[in-house]
Amino acid sequence: MINRNPQLDKNRVLQHLLTTEGLPASILLQILDTAESFVGVTERDVKKVPLLRGKSIFNLFFEPSTRTRTTFEIAAKRLSADVFNLNIAVSAQSKGETLLDTVDNLSAMNADMFVVRHVQSGAAHLIAKHAKPGIHVINAGDGRHAHPTQALLDMFTIRRYKKEFHNLKIAIVGDILHSRVARSQIHALTTLGVPEVRVIAPKTLLPSKVERLGVHVFHDMNAGLRDIDVLMMLRLQKERMQGANLPSSEEYFKNYGLTPEKLRLAKPDAIVMHPGPMNRGVEIDSMVADGNQSVILPQVTYGIAVRMAVMSILAGHQV
Amino acid sequence: MNIHIRNGRLVDPKSGIDAIQDVYIANGKILAIGSLPAAFHPDHVLDAGGLVVCPGLIDLSVRLREPGLEYKATLESEMNATISGGVTSFACPPDTDPPLDEPGLVEMLKHRARILNQAHVYPIGALTQGLNGEHLTEMAELHDAGCIVFGQPNGFLTDLRVLMQAMQYASTFGFSVWLSPQDRNLAYDGVAHDGEMAMRLGLPAIPVCAETIAISNIILLAKEIDVHIHLCRISSAEGLALVRAARQQGMSITCDVTINHLHLSDMDIGYFDSNCHMMPPLRSFSDRDALRKGLLDGTINAVCSDHAPVDEDAKLLPFGQSEVGATGVELLLPLTLKYGMEMKRPLVDVLAAITSEPAKVLNIDAGYLSPGGAADLCVFDPDIYWKVSATTLLSQGKNTPFLGMEVPGKVRYTLVNGHIVYESEH
Repeated sequence: MINRNPQLDKNRVLQHLLTTEGLPASILLQILDTAESFVGVTERDVKKVPLLRGKSIFNLFFEPSTRTRTTFEIAAKRLSADVFNLNIAVSAQSKGETLLDTVDNLSAMNADMFVVRHVQSGAAHLIAKHAKPGIHVINAGDGRHAHPTQALLDMFTIRRYKKEFHNLKIAIVGDILHSRVARSQIHALTTLGVPEVRVIAPKTLLPSKVERLGVHVFHDMNAGLRDIDVLMMLRLQKERMQGANLPSSEEYFKNYGLTPEKLRLAKPDAIVMHPGPMNRGVEIDSMVADGNQSVILPQVTYGIAVRMAVMSILAGHQV
Repeated sequence: MNIHIRNGRLVDPKSGIDAIQDVYIANGKILAIGSLPAAFHPDHVLDAGGLVVCPGLIDLSVRLREPGLEYKATLESEMNATISGGVTSFACPPDTDPPLDEPGLVEMLKHRARILNQAHVYPIGALTQGLNGEHLTEMAELHDAGCIVFGQPNGFLTDLRVLMQAMQYASTFGFSVWLSPQDRNLAYDGVAHDGEMAMRLGLPAIPVCAETIAISNIILLAKEIDVHIHLCRISSAEGLALVRAARQQGMSITCDVTINHLHLSDMDIGYFDSNCHMMPPLRSFSDRDALRKGLLDGTINAVCSDHAPVDEDAKLLPFGQSEVGATGVELLLPLTLKYGMEMKRPLVDVLAAITSEPAKVLNIDAGYLSPGGAADLCVFDPDIYWKVSATTLLSQGKNTPFLGMEVPGKVRYTLVNGHIVYESEH
């Protein structure tokens, strides 16, 4: 009873970006290649192209966010679209309106694209299923499920620094269990042909069966970081410390925090990535975060180009 | 009314009969099977040529949603759904609003059901007041009002001392205790089986040990108490193994499985299909296969629909926020037949799981066809396939993972106490 991939139309053209899972490498590369052309745009004096002029893009953030929402807004504005930010967590939903009622209302305002963030896994899929034909949905993070544009900007960053995917060893470190970013990264990396993806975390922060995603599981960071080309650190949410996931941030940092000493186990030219916002002294040492192997700030810059690429491709524009 | 059902293929699992035989009904009872009784003059003759005539089906879990949840379904709508599915007796879980924890509520439910004069309703009394897991209900009073067993449908009692006392108290009066084995702490915020699908979809997961640890606790407690335990809705191979072992040790323990868990696995969630949001969750393929075998070897006593009509809005939500449950009483027969076909089992064996065996679990005088017994019958066409859709389902709830599928077996007549309460043209 499993249906066709809801992201692709009958001709396998991208209609929505909901997850990196199930997308062919050709589409992922198309997004990365398109983003390359937008990097130039973002570096110009006039950082604007008219590709989405007259289009209405609604940022539907059912979960609070500043950073991601802002980067989507910048991306849309640089494509000359009209952007509407709705902080729905404190508006219609709090008055009892259902998720799909909200979507229906905004559809009636002739929206062209929804950028959706929601605390529940699958919310973007639900919206994509019920939105009027022609409205494209971009998942900006749903529960623990997916954060595809973050993963794509990570891929973009990796390609910028490492050129190829097929000869890399990549480690993802931290709270894989609750991370939508990690899931999307893993799908994207394996699709793009990375031969070895490792996940490094204590057992309380790993979902069962994670190895079915084609990753190698490590609980010992010293072992997991050996010969690594790319390190992708994940944010550790403070609330995880209060439950039974972890005993303390100190113990976590000792075992899984990325310090200069641990980083030396990786290849000398390894790059360090982080989706932000960082918890310094919890998952990453400031010496590393601000060090010369860190590409954390370029990730943010590339994030705008990648989101511009996704929006323009969904709107039917090839660059 | 005297009714003559002729030329039907009579299938009675209790007696093992599977033959073309006529049935004669008078005064609400089966008068004779086979040869025409002397001085019998039918008021009505049903031609059952090509049809199967079997005992009325018995479903161990049908939620009527009354009292309190009429926006999901009404007694009338669900009773209609019940008889259109060939179900003539069913147990009704106590998770209404308020729960069935007071004699007056049970009497009212029985009274209203009697007025509708359709299927026989057997309310399951709440084991604890408000189903809160703290204070025992007045089980003896509830029994007098019409409850024949007592249960705690919304998860396992977290306080094992209260559970033990509930078992002891129920045992005092000889009442069965029906439990849904799931450790709430281990299930926590889970909405799907802890497997590859939940991992991929980022859905909070419920491990199998939430079931097995609950079953283990129930078994260890019940061993000390002379009480019959019925485990509602087993979902895992390991849980089933525990039941099998307990029974081999001589424990009085029965269990059931839902039509959904018999056919589906967590993979059917697909792209967040909220119709597959069940409790217990749909588990792995290997669990599903173990449940199928468990039904075959008798470890599982009965198949139930776990009928739970849910309003559309409650399903049009992200998977984790959507309401648990699926409509199903109309699919009990088709999906049991489908199971039988897939497992290549004789019809008489398969029908036992929805007639004679659940009657034993409920300890009611029903689920068989023999002279002197109540004329509760289901007459169905085994060769018709029909499409499950919002229009073909009579239940107010249209939520089922089987929407759009063709299923075998169409009920043509349902008789309760010798009255034709449902009849379809095709």
